[in-house]
Amino acid sequence: MKISPEEVKKIGKLAKITLSEDEVKKMSKDLTAVLDYVEKLDEVKTDKVEPTSQVTGLLNIRRKDKVDYDFEQSDMLDSAPEAEGNLIKVKKIFDD
Amino acid sequence: MIKELRAKLDSGETSSQKLVEEYFDNIKKLDKDLNAFISADKEKALERAGVADKTIKKGEADMLTGIPFATKDNYCVKHYKTTAGSKILEDYKPPYSATAIKKLEECPLLGKTNCDEFAMGASGENSAYGPTKNPHGHDHVAGGSSSGSAAAVAAGMAPFALGTDTGGSVRLPASFCGIVGLRPTYGRISRYGIIAMASSLDVVGTLTQTVEDAAIVLDNLAGQDSLDSTTPPIKKDDYLKEIEKDIKGMKIGVPIEYINAEGIDEKVKKEINEAIAKFKDMGAEVEEMSLPHTEYAVATYYIIVSSEVSSNLARYDGVKYGLRIPGETLEQMYTDTRTIGFGWEVERRILMGTFSLSAGYQDKYYQKAQKVRTLIKQDFDKAFKKYDILLTPTSPTPAFKLGEKTKDPLSMYLMDVFTAPSSLAGVPALSVPAGSVDGLPIGLQLIGPQFGERRILRAGHKLLP
Repeated sequence: MKISPEEVKKIGKLAKITLSEDEVKKMSKDLTAVLDYVEKLDEVKTDKVEPTSQVTGLLNIRRKDKVDYDFEQSDMLDSAPEAEGNLIKVKKIFDD
Repeated sequence: MIKELRAKLDSGETSSQKLVEEYFDNIKKLDKDLNAFISADKEKALERAGVADKTIKKGEADMLTGIPFATKDNYCVKHYKTTAGSKILEDYKPPYSATAIKKLEECPLLGKTNCDEFAMGASGENSAYGPTKNPHGHDHVAGGSSSGSAAAVAAGMAPFALGTDTGGSVRLPASFCGIVGLRPTYGRISRYGIIAMASSLDVVGTLTQTVEDAAIVLDNLAGQDSLDSTTPPIKKDDYLKEIEKDIKGMKIGVPIEYINAEGIDEKVKKEINEAIAKFKDMGAEVEEMSLPHTEYAVATYYIIVSSEVSSNLARYDGVKYGLRIPGETLEQMYTDTRTIGFGWEVERRILMGTFSLSAGYQDKYYQKAQKVRTLIKQDFDKAFKKYDILLTPTSPTPAFKLGEKTKDPLSMYLMDVFTAPSSLAGVPALSVPAGSVDGLPIGLQLIGPQFGERRILRAGHKLLP
């Protein structure tokens, strides 16, 4: 299966990554090569096989309803790119 | 190595601060060539060593008190630059430390080691801070993604180091650098505070000079953590005691799919045969067996990893921490931050994962890979009903040259051919050094059942001279 340059641009939009025209071409080639390789999974019969999403066998891990971490608010704000008072600042989300 | 340092510290022959000075001398001398460290803070290390020295003087030292170490730069260390090998986290100083780092509180941290960006790579060449060189040949890669941790230990710039292993990222560099690399069972060590790559596969791993050292560090780190719900309440073993037991009667399987794999170096085969002979001499029963779905592991692995990567790395949006490229709009800020902040391999995996999870393709790729993963895991479940451990090469070849595989993503992905299957199954695996080809080390891999670290550590300890 081929991932066309148009397809790469579309996926890029979903993933919020912009590529230059040259990069789009290269990415299309790279992803097509990888997809060609993974097609080999079609050889495996899996009709009656359950998918594995994790290997621990653990289910529904709960914890007590109490705060259990030791972050300083000032540290959190210091690591933000832009802050004002006790708030992290970003561009407006809604149009006027 | 750790036990010897322990004895010297306890007898007063040396101190933790002296050790820190010695390791920093080595870092200063060697690291401009090797590029194993992204940052190294001597003041902080000496401060911690000073505290450790007081504990030692009081006679209250544990096995690791005062022993310096290094950690891969994808472990959060409070107020310590943590980049994960990426430009997007270039100036990031976490407000907290990973559980594994907290458990090593009495060990002075020498520095944070180089790695492929967000641990994505098999060579170390995807780091935004330049590749790490192999201490055994500077025009060769150190292996990845825990490239700096492996090179640091191999070159004597740290007595032990932490890494992470998703598809082979501890075992491969350990094998390329001629040291011991342990990937414990998925869930054995808490991952809280480690920068996530593929959450159903990522584990904390160790890079050490000896198997005994791997046992010591594992003993310190293993156990349940309320902050990581993938750690089950399973008791750890007394690994140091376990490695001393003999392996008489141990049943060892050698999967034919590995030893007959295409492109495997003849010398690697020879080392496997020597190990088989050695194990037999020690009274183990060794025979060939089959893991029939081995050839599908790399394809399965890359679909699952890319899918999880595309989800996990969605958090890097320029809002709460890390790089922000301000734009006209919020949308523009997200896109510019990610486009400028991520390197090519990370972008490639994010796009691959976005594709394999997108409408119309999810069943064909992601679901399919999850189903094949079940079959791969069943191969191992079945094998461990009959065998105590499995013996394989860690990699088909020794370290390759810098730049040799960067143009072809598939050839790089195939470096994980012997390490990805056990990762998918969630079982523990150990790489131990075994000979070399033209001066470049090669490694053997011992694979055990879930939470069977004691068995592979014991066999590995017996294998090394």
